Amino acid sequence: MHGTRILDEADRLMTVCNSCRYCEGLCAVFPAMEMRRAFSDGDLNYLANLCHSCGACYVDCQFSPPHEFNVNVPKTLAVARAESYAAYAWPRPLSGAFARNGLVISLTAALSMAIFILGFAALNDRGVLFGVHTGPGAFYKLMPHNAMVALFGAAFLYAILALVMSVRAFWRDIGTPIGNRADGGSIFQAIRDAGELRYLHGGGVGCYNEDDKPTDRRKLYHHLTFYGFILCFAATSVATLYHYLLGREAPYPWWDLPVVLGTLGGIGLIVGPIGLFAAKMRRDPALLDEYSYGMDVGFIAMLFLTGLTGMLLLVLRETAAMGPLLALHLGAVFALFITMPYGKFVHGLYRFTALVRYAQERRTAA
Amino acid sequence: MADRRDRGPAGRMSLIWPHRADGMSSKYDVLVIGGGNAALCAAISARRGGASVLVLEGAPKFYRGGNTRHTRNMRCAHDAATEILTGPYTEEEFWEDLLRVTGGQTDEVLARHMIRESKDILNWIVEQGVRWQPSLGGTLSLGRTNSFFLGGGRAMLNALYLTAERLGVDVEYDAEVVDLVIEDGMFLAARLQRPVRGETEIRATSLVAAAGGFEANIEWLKQYWGEAADNFLIRGTPYNRGSILKMLLDKGVQEVGDPTQCHAVAIDARAPKFDGGIITRHDSVVFGIVVNKHAQRFYDEGEDIWPKRYAIWGRLVAAQPDQIAYIIFDSTVVTSFMPTLFPPIAGQTIAELAGKLALDPAALEQTITEFNAAVRPGTFDHTILDDCVTEGITPPKTHWARRIETPPFLAYPVRPGITFTYLGTRVNKEARMLMKDGKPSANMFAAGEIMAGNVLGKGYAAGMGMTIGSVFGRIAGREAAKHARN
Repeated sequence: MHGTRILDEADRLMTVCNSCRYCEGLCAVFPAMEMRRAFSDGDLNYLANLCHSCGACYVDCQFSPPHEFNVNVPKTLAVARAESYAAYAWPRPLSGAFARNGLVISLTAALSMAIFILGFAALNDRGVLFGVHTGPGAFYKLMPHNAMVALFGAAFLYAILALVMSVRAFWRDIGTPIGNRADGGSIFQAIRDAGELRYLHGGGVGCYNEDDKPTDRRKLYHHLTFYGFILCFAATSVATLYHYLLGREAPYPWWDLPVVLGTLGGIGLIVGPIGLFAAKMRRDPALLDEYSYGMDVGFIAMLFLTGLTGMLLLVLRETAAMGPLLALHLGAVFALFITMPYGKFVHGLYRFTALVRYAQERRTAA
Repeated sequence: MADRRDRGPAGRMSLIWPHRADGMSSKYDVLVIGGGNAALCAAISARRGGASVLVLEGAPKFYRGGNTRHTRNMRCAHDAATEILTGPYTEEEFWEDLLRVTGGQTDEVLARHMIRESKDILNWIVEQGVRWQPSLGGTLSLGRTNSFFLGGGRAMLNALYLTAERLGVDVEYDAEVVDLVIEDGMFLAARLQRPVRGETEIRATSLVAAAGGFEANIEWLKQYWGEAADNFLIRGTPYNRGSILKMLLDKGVQEVGDPTQCHAVAIDARAPKFDGGIITRHDSVVFGIVVNKHAQRFYDEGEDIWPKRYAIWGRLVAAQPDQIAYIIFDSTVVTSFMPTLFPPIAGQTIAELAGKLALDPAALEQTITEFNAAVRPGTFDHTILDDCVTEGITPPKTHWARRIETPPFLAYPVRPGITFTYLGTRVNKEARMLMKDGKPSANMFAAGEIMAGNVLGKGYAAGMGMTIGSVFGRIAGREAAKHARN
């Protein structure tokens, strides 16, 4: 018996699947399962995070409902996965943020945006907030650069600390039987597997979403979202280097590297989340963890808002709307950062960690 | 997902299937009865041959495909290793294997034809959307001869259905055929009982019967097995009732195969009555002893390597009182075989274990004591026919005999699990049914389990059922379409 009902169910399913093994060619979950005969909490959390929810094992399973064996691996592992985020969250008292995550995220976002707007309004007079500012340093008329760096630096560092502590707890829990040292080769393999979403492919034909036809485009939308995020992050990093190394202040012209990266990333962060959201709306409820709906949609919405406000800011930065839009954009980014350790963002880190472990197990077994 | 799936093709069907006012539907070139591997290969092959095709599957959509849903591989001849096969498996070697497992009870012309055609099936089936993978964990012994379906039999079926629907084959589920209109060996129409729309007659120029055997029809099994059949567990769906087979035999088609023959393995007695599939099997026989309800051994558990003698244990258990037996072993061998769906029943002493199994403790203790005393020293190796034998007991255990002495003592209760039956319709190389007078039917073809007895008089080797299904399904569809076009 495990600590939770969902882990008990996951254990039951892995026992069924381990005596069948028909799905071992579909993804990483089943080969990892076959390396075990019994499953600890850590093992099950590992398998849950290894699952990319492509749905193939459900469509292919002769024992899925209405069969009495009631085998539904994608849904069970989705619930277990969501619960694992809370189980490993740091600091412990904040793990509750996962329970009603959609609410937490939306409140945080609304509050952050409101505070930025009110802050701008309080610190600047109306003429500045709704004024037209152009040329280098235009943004910093509304908020001094150092204040921006201090605030976002602190939020970013906190997010990193909380994420590192959470992932560390997960990594320790899934350490048996091969220990807690990761090797470079396994990490490289995991980067490749995560970067190409190797296991979000339904065993080769594509994923399943709304029916038994492998037509799901989530892989594409996820790539747009993820690489959009990375490009936006790169844009900010390049701009930071410009600022400190070259002494060049934002905003930059449209053809300059930070703006090009940010524009491409922003498009990804708008199109990708819309696609993911649409796929989620269409998804067969049998495959879905409905309890995590708020968390999933909350994260998608935050990414979308970040992309959208950023793009609007780019387009309208030479108008009077720049001040309010900058406040909205900064509010969205701030909320995204501070909720990162307590929302769907963590799925990427846990899944990556599980992929490292899997690559390691494969190398050990080989 | 089930409700959404049901809306798919069935909903589409009513739009494209014109019903006439008199309740007669329009005529199809080829009617395929059945919904498994053989039926779908026939439907696809007929459709590719230019015929209009209707598939009638008696089961609901989830349970479509009969035994195919539980399969995982197919045995095809090939002259060289492939991406997923570790080495060549020539036609001659396939033939020799078939000859060995059937003890010569096979139709050589048909069997050799099937083996020859099986080579091309390896590629053809991929063209129909099915994907292969190397042999599964725990099945290395089949890595050279058998190609495994990526995702298993249901994945294979899903691919075939998607292809068939894409090609324009009509499929109807819950479509129980209650009568066949056959005159002088000529198929005219099938009477269909639909759950909602009632009885309809469907006419077609050719018929492909691919509706499987009668393994789920306990009453029919009782004709050969008596009341013992009540204790059989059926490994596939409850829809394999053999009703089409019976109609064909009653209407003049020549029968083939021994009606008492069936593929039966020992499966866990705790398995559901139907559709427990592969996961209820036990491959631990060689690691312990097997006793009946009187706690007596009854057969040499170490006769041959798993899975070669895998399929004899169903019949052996069926011959025991109450059709129940117990595989008994100790804690030293638990990890020597695949993990099982049902956990073993455990006791710290033999007597405690016997109590949990409702066996006579004294009798079980005596059986194990005598067995242990008979075990001779040897070097245990479960991958070969090793030299661990018993001496001085009957029956002997001729390999892998080791003392059962390390608690906890463990047991799996087992019953006969019926996979499929061998009684079928006789066919020729065109998969055309032969009538009782020996003449080929004008327009009736058969494929899959319903005619497997032509090739398999008895015995079995892994993956052959699917070979018979795909090869003869493809032939039957092609010939049925050819007949319809002429």
